[in-house]
Amino acid sequence: MSTRDMVLIALFAAITAAFAVFPPVQIPVVPAPIVVQNIGVMLAGAILGARRGGLALLLFVVLVALGMPLLTGWRGGFGVILGPTGGFVLSWIPAAFVVGAMVEKLWSRLNFWNLLLCNVVGGIVVVYALGIPWLAAVAGLELGQALAGSAVFIPGDVVKAVIASLAALVVKRSYPLIGR
Amino acid sequence: MLSLYVPGHSPVHRLPAGVKLLVLAAGSAALFVVPGVAVHAGELLAILVLFHVAGLPWREVLDQLRPALILLVPIFLFHVFATDWVLGLETVLRILVLLFLAVIVTLTTRLSDMIEVLEKAMRPLRLAGINPSKVGMMLSMVIRLIPLMMREAGEILEAQRARGLDRNAIALLVPLLIKALKMADDLSDAMDARGYDPGAVTPFWRGKGTP
Repeated sequence: MSTRDMVLIALFAAITAAFAVFPPVQIPVVPAPIVVQNIGVMLAGAILGARRGGLALLLFVVLVALGMPLLTGWRGGFGVILGPTGGFVLSWIPAAFVVGAMVEKLWSRLNFWNLLLCNVVGGIVVVYALGIPWLAAVAGLELGQALAGSAVFIPGDVVKAVIASLAALVVKRSYPLIGR
Repeated sequence: MLSLYVPGHSPVHRLPAGVKLLVLAAGSAALFVVPGVAVHAGELLAILVLFHVAGLPWREVLDQLRPALILLVPIFLFHVFATDWVLGLETVLRILVLLFLAVIVTLTTRLSDMIEVLEKAMRPLRLAGINPSKVGMMLSMVIRLIPLMMREAGEILEAQRARGLDRNAIALLVPLLIKALKMADDLSDAMDARGYDPGAVTPFWRGKGTP
């Protein structure tokens, strides 16, 4: 791993953390507030690729577990990781990896729509596939119940996938990092 | 400093970070192996005594726990209606013990001590070709870069507000990303120019001597 890779990995861990300062956004139709932070997950994968993107989020999650208050609302520590929503936080590592792996495959013919697909599969499907069983297990709920409780966040996550896709496309044009 | 650590000199604070992390790991695993409302209630009481010994401010503790505590109410209510209240009580108590245990480690241990433990614990990973000193360097880099990124984000928000673009997510994100990537190039060039070289670590399956 080159020094540049090390810096890029640390950088995207820091960018994901910096998104914690954005206050939760309330939009009219969705009852639950939207947090900006998981845009960092999609961006890390889409801009850095699978390996570096996954490592960036691994670094971020390690720092959260060690007790840095880097999650929206200034939360951190083992409590968050072991708690009911810990699966969502842990899922960010494979999520960034999956987004990155898909983007690498599609790199030469990347457009808005297939990039959006990458972000939805990696940044939403992977996150819910791990987060919901975790929530169900820790809270002793049934899967359906946990899914119903989390479904209100899906529209917001789709909006974030659109924003991440648009931003990553511009970055690809001006500062391509995958494939070199 | 960006950390949840609450300084103190209690026995809980003085316990080595490695020991605390081991207790947390073993304790959280044991919670799922030994069930029972009475057991969990006893554990919760023991941890609350530890909090008292550590002299932690309750406001800080509750601030950390509030989001999780709010979630416990619907979980308990769900169990009351769907299964039975004893199971609900046990689940809620188990989550509480887990959270309190985690919060006491987080609030009484310095971040630098935990990174040190992590670097030591990662020594065996050299066999897999992972250099612990590189990981330690990256952790320190993130800690330095976070306030920098927050400041950049704030400056870009101000600049785009002046243009009336502060509600436009793309106009905020793209400059932040491009600026950050440019900075990453400068930073890695500067490190290389100063001869940053933590040394290559070869995984055992490649053997000695091969790159």
